[in-house]
Amino acid sequence: MFAYYCELALRSLRRNVVLTALMIAAVGVGIGASMTVLTVLRSLSADPIPGKSSVLFTPQIDVWGPDSRRPDQGASGDRLPSGLTYRDAIALLQAHRAPKQAAMYGVSLVITPRSGKPFRTNGRATSTDFFPMFDVPFASGGPWSASEDARRGNVVVLGSKLAERLFAHTDAVGKTIDLGGRDFRVVGVASPWLLQPRFYDVNSGAFGQEEDFFLPFSTAIDRHINTDGYENCTQPPTAGWDAHLNSSCVWVQFWAELPTAAQVRDYRSFLYAYASEQRQLGRFHWPPRIELRDVTDWMVYNHVVPPALRAIGIAADGFLVVCLINALGLMLAKFASRSRELGLRQALGASRRDIFMQCVAEATTVGLLGGVLGLALTGAGLAGLRALFGLSDPTNAAHRLVTLNAGMVFITIGVAVIATICAGLYPTYRASRVQPALQLKVQ
Amino acid sequence: MLTMTNLSKVYRTEVVETYALRDFSIDVQPGEFVAVTGPSGSGKTTFLTIAGLLEEFTSGDYSLDGVDVRGLSDSKRSRLRNEKIGFIFQAFNLIPDLSVQDNVDVPLRYRRMPRAERHRRIREALDRVGLSARSRHYPAELSGGQQQRVAIARALAGSPRLLLADEPTGNLDTHMARGVVQLLEELHKDGATIVMVTHDPELAARAQREVHIVDGQVIDLVAAPRLVSGERQQPGA
Repeated sequence: MFAYYCELALRSLRRNVVLTALMIAAVGVGIGASMTVLTVLRSLSADPIPGKSSVLFTPQIDVWGPDSRRPDQGASGDRLPSGLTYRDAIALLQAHRAPKQAAMYGVSLVITPRSGKPFRTNGRATSTDFFPMFDVPFASGGPWSASEDARRGNVVVLGSKLAERLFAHTDAVGKTIDLGGRDFRVVGVASPWLLQPRFYDVNSGAFGQEEDFFLPFSTAIDRHINTDGYENCTQPPTAGWDAHLNSSCVWVQFWAELPTAAQVRDYRSFLYAYASEQRQLGRFHWPPRIELRDVTDWMVYNHVVPPALRAIGIAADGFLVVCLINALGLMLAKFASRSRELGLRQALGASRRDIFMQCVAEATTVGLLGGVLGLALTGAGLAGLRALFGLSDPTNAAHRLVTLNAGMVFITIGVAVIATICAGLYPTYRASRVQPALQLKVQ
Repeated sequence: MLTMTNLSKVYRTEVVETYALRDFSIDVQPGEFVAVTGPSGSGKTTFLTIAGLLEEFTSGDYSLDGVDVRGLSDSKRSRLRNEKIGFIFQAFNLIPDLSVQDNVDVPLRYRRMPRAERHRRIREALDRVGLSARSRHYPAELSGGQQQRVAIARALAGSPRLLLADEPTGNLDTHMARGVVQLLEELHKDGATIVMVTHDPELAARAQREVHIVDGQVIDLVAAPRLVSGERQQPGA
């Protein structure tokens, strides 16, 4: 019978092309608007590292005191620094209270290839635990060892694009590159890899490109390689590298992997004890205050999804509801115009369930066609957003945020069908309650 | 075949009760051809819709082919209607965007018949009404008489035990009406049970039996031995 219901649905839709087109347009436009926003929202708020987002934590320590905050501005004014000072990062590294931990900061260095012009590119100075903590895949080689961290070795892990650029079609592992005027030995080449949002350094751009290279944190510090990313100070730093390292500027990101609740609890206690100790040492003149946030909490805290976008999402959903109400009205009109036929079908043996299912099939078909139209409009909407924000380059990481993927295609069609069926439930119910005796009287 | 005993149908509003049928009793035997007559508003159509299980009744009993229909669920009523009853309407009630064969196919679809069986029945029903050659035409391409023949084919295709006809010639000119009446008589001769509502005394006179309804009650049962269709089909009659 399902095939018969579908056949009847198609016949019915062909019968009144204008009404059918209006219904499909109502569903399609609503779906297109809401899915365009949902695609962006979904990309922005997606779990960047499923399975580990609840075990990766970043600490915050109140290194500036209450004078630096503006509680009168509410939650946004009462924030702790979104990074660590160098001395705190080193203290946490050396305490080694987490099974895995990584201090890091963004760098920018000039690479001088064996042939061709030097060029500047972005990388990250970090600890060796970074790679297993953030599930970095390797095409060849692997991370440097902990001993390289300790002895500040000149080793580097290349991103796939940089490896391809420097050593096209050959394995880069074991080769040497000139990085910032020093030779670094390549120990690994990462496969294409990108965490979106790039939660581990949201302040340098949650949707930036993946790094082209990684070098040991200790090596970068030893070579006086300055940060090229986030840095926040309450007062102008004193000149000189050592002054920079000892300043109260926060510019180091720090992440710890804490797989169990007990470890999280212990780490929190450790942080509090550390802050208390700093107060006792006379560094802090205020009660100790710390935070320990997991990935999800960290993204919410940093407003990775702008509140305005959420408001737009709600507005788009409201628009979809309005469109569906229109579709509901059109379906009511369409089914009402066919009351006589539906009554006749009941007289010929159709049950109310048959009539209901026939109308559901029709609503589903409208939903499917509306979904296809919505999909096209979503694609057009996203293309418009890309054009508007200059994200037309497919290699740009942010380009991927405003691109339909297979999951969103299925979601779009699914939402269209389910929403249309929901909108069609009342008209369908009404249609199935037609009184055949009334409809079949001579007119 | 069709037995109604003390059946009543009441339409109620907040201020008034209107009896469409009151203590209505009728017994139609298998193979009978019964004409139901009466003035407008007498309850003829209400009787037909209740007989056809298209409407509930308020009180009394109704048995169709041995099945007590009171309290049946919608799906059981639909199945009973589909398997036991064929409808012929005054306005033909064909679906305009379905071809002749697809119109005849409608009740068979709801019986969940296999495709081959449906096609065989459609072919036989259209043969029976002489419209095989028009199976792919649409209702708008047929005359009124032909449309009513398609409606009869649709009613016949499911091999119902009972044909319910509501003014089957009401929308036809005399010539076409004659053809339709002859077809009904042939069906009766072949054993069909027919209950036909009509205003037309001449048409009623061609039934075996006439049931006259006034104000929702049967007031007269007229035996009409002269009108037995079987007799009318005798050569030279």
